[in-house]
Amino acid sequence: MSDLLLDVSGLSRTFGDVHAVDDVSFTLAEGGSLGIVGESGSGKTTTARIIVGLDRADAGTVRVHGAEQTGTARGRAARLARARRIQMVFQDPYLSLDPRTSVHDVLRETLRLHFPGTDHAARIRELLDQVGLGTRAADARPRELSGGQRQRVAIARALAVEPAILVLDEAVAALDVSVQAQILNLLADIREQTRVGYLFITHDLGVVRCVTDDVIVMRRGRIVESGATARVLEAPEHPYTQLLLASVPRPGWDPRAIGAARRALAEAESAGAEAGGAKRPAAV
Amino acid sequence: MTTLDIRGLRLRLPGAARPVLDGVDLSVDASETVALVGESGSGKSLTSRTVLRLLPKGAATEGRVEVAGDDVLTMNAKQLRKLRTQTAAMVFQDPRAAINPLRRIGDFLTESARLNKLMTAAEADTRAVELLDAVGLSADLMRRYPGQLSGGMLQRVMIAAALMGDPRLLLADEPTTALDVTSQAEVVTLLADLRERFGTGLLFVTHDLGLAAAISDRVYVMYAGRIVETGPSESIFARPRHPYTRALLASTPSLDTPQGRLTAIDGQPPDLRQELHGCPFAPRCPLATEVCTTEAPQSTSAPGEPAHTAACHHADRLAREAADV
Amino acid sequence: MTMTLVRRPGLAKVRTKRAPLYVASLVFAGVVVLLALLAPWIQPYDPNIADLGNALAPPSGDHLFGVDAAGRDTFSRLVAGARTSLLGPLGVVVFSTVLGAAVGVAAGWRGGWLDSVLSRGSELTLAFPGLLLAILIVSVYGEGLLAPVVALSVAYFPYVSRLTRSLVLAERARPYVAAYQVQGHSGLQICVRHVVPNIAPVVLAQSTVNFGYALIDLAGLSFLGLGVPALTPDWGRMVFDGKSAIQSGYPLSAIIPCLAIVLTVVAFNVVGERWADKVAGRTR
Repeated sequence: MSDLLLDVSGLSRTFGDVHAVDDVSFTLAEGGSLGIVGESGSGKTTTARIIVGLDRADAGTVRVHGAEQTGTARGRAARLARARRIQMVFQDPYLSLDPRTSVHDVLRETLRLHFPGTDHAARIRELLDQVGLGTRAADARPRELSGGQRQRVAIARALAVEPAILVLDEAVAALDVSVQAQILNLLADIREQTRVGYLFITHDLGVVRCVTDDVIVMRRGRIVESGATARVLEAPEHPYTQLLLASVPRPGWDPRAIGAARRALAEAESAGAEAGGAKRPAAV
Repeated sequence: MTTLDIRGLRLRLPGAARPVLDGVDLSVDASETVALVGESGSGKSLTSRTVLRLLPKGAATEGRVEVAGDDVLTMNAKQLRKLRTQTAAMVFQDPRAAINPLRRIGDFLTESARLNKLMTAAEADTRAVELLDAVGLSADLMRRYPGQLSGGMLQRVMIAAALMGDPRLLLADEPTTALDVTSQAEVVTLLADLRERFGTGLLFVTHDLGLAAAISDRVYVMYAGRIVETGPSESIFARPRHPYTRALLASTPSLDTPQGRLTAIDGQPPDLRQELHGCPFAPRCPLATEVCTTEAPQSTSAPGEPAHTAACHHADRLAREAADV
Repeated sequence: MTMTLVRRPGLAKVRTKRAPLYVASLVFAGVVVLLALLAPWIQPYDPNIADLGNALAPPSGDHLFGVDAAGRDTFSRLVAGARTSLLGPLGVVVFSTVLGAAVGVAAGWRGGWLDSVLSRGSELTLAFPGLLLAILIVSVYGEGLLAPVVALSVAYFPYVSRLTRSLVLAERARPYVAAYQVQGHSGLQICVRHVVPNIAPVVLAQSTVNFGYALIDLAGLSFLGLGVPALTPDWGRMVFDGKSAIQSGYPLSAIIPCLAIVLTVVAFNVVGERWADKVAGRTR
């Protein structure tokens, strides 16, 4: 158990009648990288938000290095301890930074909170260097930076806390491909240097293949398939994973067959539900 | 028959040091799917909007943009209205942002036809039901509100609305970007079907090279307001002649390329506030030589393939390298 | 971001996109404020010295705006009156903004039962006419500037708190706030350092508009003889004092303070609306 960085077990969350997250369990090894793949409504983002403490679970536990993450952190010490365990990079680099705060101030604020009384100037230079931003960017406000640069700032801010786990919620989805490749490479370098564990939330199977060791595929709040990334992408077992893979556009792609497969999957599910084979209706 | 023919389109905006669109040549034939690929700020959306003369404030244009033989840039208000309601139509990226949430789907579909007196209300309703059927939706959607529909369904409604006036040309600006991958396939199938049934020319604007390769007959690649490469899809993806196209292909994480580090393109696209000398891609290009920084490259055809052109001084060298690998 | 300032029907139309009116309004408001600040040095005569022999004298080189029925120099009273007439609304704006912002931030940030209690509470105040409340308080506590200022502050704060609450709700939903939460910052820190500065321009624009309204209301109270003591120079009081002279065919001493009130209110309104528009344009 001790070499498990993250241990999520039996996580559930409902909003009204909707099971947003339904009995989700997985583990992340020390220095590992796990992808959570799914479409909108699959519950992948809710899972991430519960893990970082932005949302609460109705049931289930989240353990980091064996220590349980409480639903809501009460008090300063608990808050800081949780922040040191898990950090997050958000999807939209245009909205995840306070428009009024300069890059330097963003980092200093975090360092002051977590490492009071140390030399922040040197650490800020180091962090900016680590994410490939020049010291010139330090004085800039978010609106003077490009999307890629802002995402680098967001990564630097998360790294400043020196977390054990970094949750990346569609962190490259809003970026242009050329910039996206820069950020993905940067993330690979950072993992090598710091041995931080990644939880990569994404809808893009190409990205999953590029940056994760293991992957879980989520659909309607449940995990439908999990395993080593290479295995899942090469020999997917669940029909939904197969559909997802077939849906990635490439030369010689057959969208018509995908549409048919999608409908077939939906029908099989509703038939299964009527036969009592599934635990709940396949509605919506 | 050429449905859309853009020749030497140049567009200047106040506050920009260089033309935002700089000598764009592009054509779409009837029943043809053409992809316009580029990153944000490349001018791809601006190009498609210019076809309907949806120009930003203070824009100054040069060149010709002909839709079914008529120049859009010199049209009067009445002709422009006809263009937008009948000859050409546009499908936007975010269907939720482009549709009034307080009106029923039926109202939304028939509004333009009724207001422009193209048909009676009854005819418009009949046509709307037909089109809903064509995009795979049932007629009782007419009485529903946009909030009751999923993103994929709403995008199909948008496509149906675009087809109300029987357009010769359909402009689709990232129509699947806001959708899930599995609904993306359905929307693409739909567009392909409609093209076959109605003979509509389709200009598909996207940032996704894989999608462009999968669905289009021809591709235009745009960078910093210029068309840097164009040609049949297969040959562009198999044998790119422009280093930018090659770099884009290499930096896209895909399921087919070897796993491991991506080949990222260093640096940023050129800022609009700075003038460009020579090739716009030169500062980020591994092949750049002195001539690239001083002289803007002209489009040249690939040997034996006149339709495949690239604006690069080193296009032939790139092709040779690709052949060697 | 959608943003709705509270406006009164008539004055809502007094807004402009044209620069000259805005500049003129800004200059006018500035001049009025300067006059008020420098009143003791500017006023040519003591505003309370009655020279009955000179009563109802028309404008001349000695008396720029003439002399009122009691023989007091109208210009001097106007300048001295600017002090009371601006000080009152200033007090109302400061009190209502501080109180309203505090309640609005608390309600918007915490949500839940606190939001219900605070929102219902301020709606209750909203249902009670402000002027009536002021008259009630003044008639209980007698003359003086403090009572009407407190009364109007209580009447105005729900407008500020409602606006603040909706702004905080919108701001809270932005990912940068979630980012700070994940970083381990406390809710109070995020509010004070990030949320409040980001919404401040809109709240201040509302307060500027409120300033004009408070000026009208206070002038109205003085005109009714409530509020400021009889001899204090005040614009509303001047209209009241001047109205008997209208019957003797001398409308000037009533019209001039009227004009001062109207122009000042319009000036603050135009400036406030313009600021609000500017802020709205900046947020994308």
